[in-house]
Amino acid sequence: MKDIYALYRHSLAGLRVMIGAILLLGVAYPLLVTGISQVSMPWHANGSLITSTGAHTTSSSHAVGSQLLGQVDDNPKLFFNRPSAAGDGYDPTSSYGSNLGPNDPRLVKAIKAVQRTIAAREGVPVSAIPADAVTSSGSGLDPAISPAYADLQVARVAKTNGLSEATVRRLVAQNTHGRALGVLGAAYVNVLTLNIAVEHAAD
Amino acid sequence: MSATTAAVLELLLLVAALAVSTPLLGRYLAHVYTSPRHLKVERAAYRIMRVDPDADQHWRSYAMSVLGFSMVGLLIVYAVARLQLHLPQSLGFAGFGPAGAWNTAVSFVSNTNWQWYSGEAAAGYLLQATGLTVQNFVSAAVGMAVAAALARGLARSRNGGRLGNFWTDLVRGTVRVLLPIAFVTALVFVAGGMIENWNAFHTVTTLGGGHQTITGGPVASQESIKLLGTNGGGFYNANSAHPFENPNAFINLVQVYLILLVPFAMAWAFGLIVKDKRQGGAIVATMAVLATAAVSFMTWAEMSGAGTATRLAGAAMEGKETRFGEAASAMFGSATTLTSTGAVNSMHESFTAPGGGIAMFNMMLGEVAPGGVGSGLYGMLMLAIVTVFLCGLMVGRTPEYLGKKIGQHEIVLVALYILTTPTLVLLGAAVAVTASSGLAGLSVGGPHGLSEALYAVTSAANNNGSAFAGITSGTTFWNTLLGLLMLLGRFLPIVFVLALAGRFATARHQPAGAGTLPTHRPLFVALLTGVALVVVGLTYVPALALGPIAESLS
Repeated sequence: MKDIYALYRHSLAGLRVMIGAILLLGVAYPLLVTGISQVSMPWHANGSLITSTGAHTTSSSHAVGSQLLGQVDDNPKLFFNRPSAAGDGYDPTSSYGSNLGPNDPRLVKAIKAVQRTIAAREGVPVSAIPADAVTSSGSGLDPAISPAYADLQVARVAKTNGLSEATVRRLVAQNTHGRALGVLGAAYVNVLTLNIAVEHAAD
Repeated sequence: MSATTAAVLELLLLVAALAVSTPLLGRYLAHVYTSPRHLKVERAAYRIMRVDPDADQHWRSYAMSVLGFSMVGLLIVYAVARLQLHLPQSLGFAGFGPAGAWNTAVSFVSNTNWQWYSGEAAAGYLLQATGLTVQNFVSAAVGMAVAAALARGLARSRNGGRLGNFWTDLVRGTVRVLLPIAFVTALVFVAGGMIENWNAFHTVTTLGGGHQTITGGPVASQESIKLLGTNGGGFYNANSAHPFENPNAFINLVQVYLILLVPFAMAWAFGLIVKDKRQGGAIVATMAVLATAAVSFMTWAEMSGAGTATRLAGAAMEGKETRFGEAASAMFGSATTLTSTGAVNSMHESFTAPGGGIAMFNMMLGEVAPGGVGSGLYGMLMLAIVTVFLCGLMVGRTPEYLGKKIGQHEIVLVALYILTTPTLVLLGAAVAVTASSGLAGLSVGGPHGLSEALYAVTSAANNNGSAFAGITSGTTFWNTLLGLLMLLGRFLPIVFVLALAGRFATARHQPAGAGTLPTHRPLFVALLTGVALVVVGLTYVPALALGPIAESLS
């Protein structure tokens, strides 16, 4: 009984402290961070949106997407993304990976199917297809592909757009990001910015 | 540069950054948790909140404050989650059901941040900011407070079991440590591309002519404390794999660094609080040895890519982001399970069988290398006491740690601490795989299905929060079970730690004798490492053998 009364007293003190915590940490702190971010870094804070010419924008009505989010692309004239397990593909309202295990027969089947599709589309043997091309990312929103997968698609994109392979290769290089600080993470090619550049060059 | 060279250099960069910050932040933390002086603004806050910041609390009173404060937090998160539709900034999302709200409330109050729901489809901004972000701070500060109380208990002598003041520890940990670091890193995160807004979700017409929803939210402000406080709850379902939560490899390294920053520094602070820097150094060294081994082993596992599906694809890229690759994903995966974080930048369920097994092993170690903020330190100190006890048995002398005799009472409390989590994990796993409603949540049968269940209960009872996420855990059965495991896995050990701290504070300080085992030498680091591995090995090998080990060998 004494313990229960003590717990009650400590809880009342806890309630008073918690109200203070909510005002400071749940209201003042996020609003201050939002305020500073919106004033000093509005493009980043609103989702790194870009227009069809690749220009930065903070208005969703002018944007074709976010530089940070991959999107569904099934246009044979453009570079293809990785498979995606987010909703019906690249759906930011249901971000996730497949969560299939490393020996899961369903994953084996899915990988084989994607390999066949890519081999037919690019006219290459299955052995030439890099791993990122046939696997879905953790977020299902991966904005990037490996330089190897981009390289694999250069011939097709050049042909379908009437561009030289050298031109397309140059565009790939311009949209390739090396490892951060030279050692962090992995090199990648941003697919959305690359495709915008391809469309621009083909016009 | 080869991928392996880059991976090694990235790891060295992380180690160097931690080597610089650990003593600096450690010294600051020691000051924060021992200084008798209050800041003006703190004094004003104590007056308004009507708490006495100078009362030297007996361990029972200290524990009551921890429990009372956490219970209030639990009720508030529960209420906000249930009622969010009727509150502002809900984005139109319905309130959580009773089991779901219970699970989420326990999850964030216990520093676990297990998530059965998908942030972008269930949690409005008010719940995210005032419910979850707040608990991200204060649940971390509670862990740090308990660790500081234990350190002070060891440092004191014959003072009747008094450990200091919980409210002071809580407020200082939040205002002097977590808030300033979280504030600065939130802005760094935005500069790196993370979002911070309160926009409604809006639709854009994509390059291909389709439509895509662009989500919003005060992400960066929650993200920084998510990692700094070893919380790990994602703003979005995909957590730190989501580009809005982890836009590039540089930010990714900052996130890994934030996860490890405070836990290592707390161990350094411990040495300063007990007035023997070398003791803190030995704890830091043990943590570093175990962590380095885990990171290296997991990186090797992911880069070598075992598994039929993995081999077919050519590399372990399923569930991993291109911008991070295998190595930076494994580094994050290790850091998050070696601590009580549980954030993920890649899907652990799709890791190679040995890689996923190491994630589980890291948690089963009790998350002590370096562990959660605060909880890692007190967990490692429990193992240190077991180590001196075992060595004492070998030479037939009464063991002592830092001049405190380890008698029957002490070792019973330590044993209770050590046994709590394994009991919860193994009983929880047994219940889950025998109940039909438990099995119903698993996405697959066989060893991998068992791993899924084992991972879930291990993650909950150790307050980690990561998952083999194929599991469907948003059911009444799983939400209730995991909620119970999280609650008991957090607060039972805390009570044992505080009781032990109280005994230490009561006991007289004994000068070291000829038979005293020095606890600051490399020999002790090796013994402590061995004890940590043996304890986890003896407890969990049978369960691991049926899950990840069986899958590795098949």
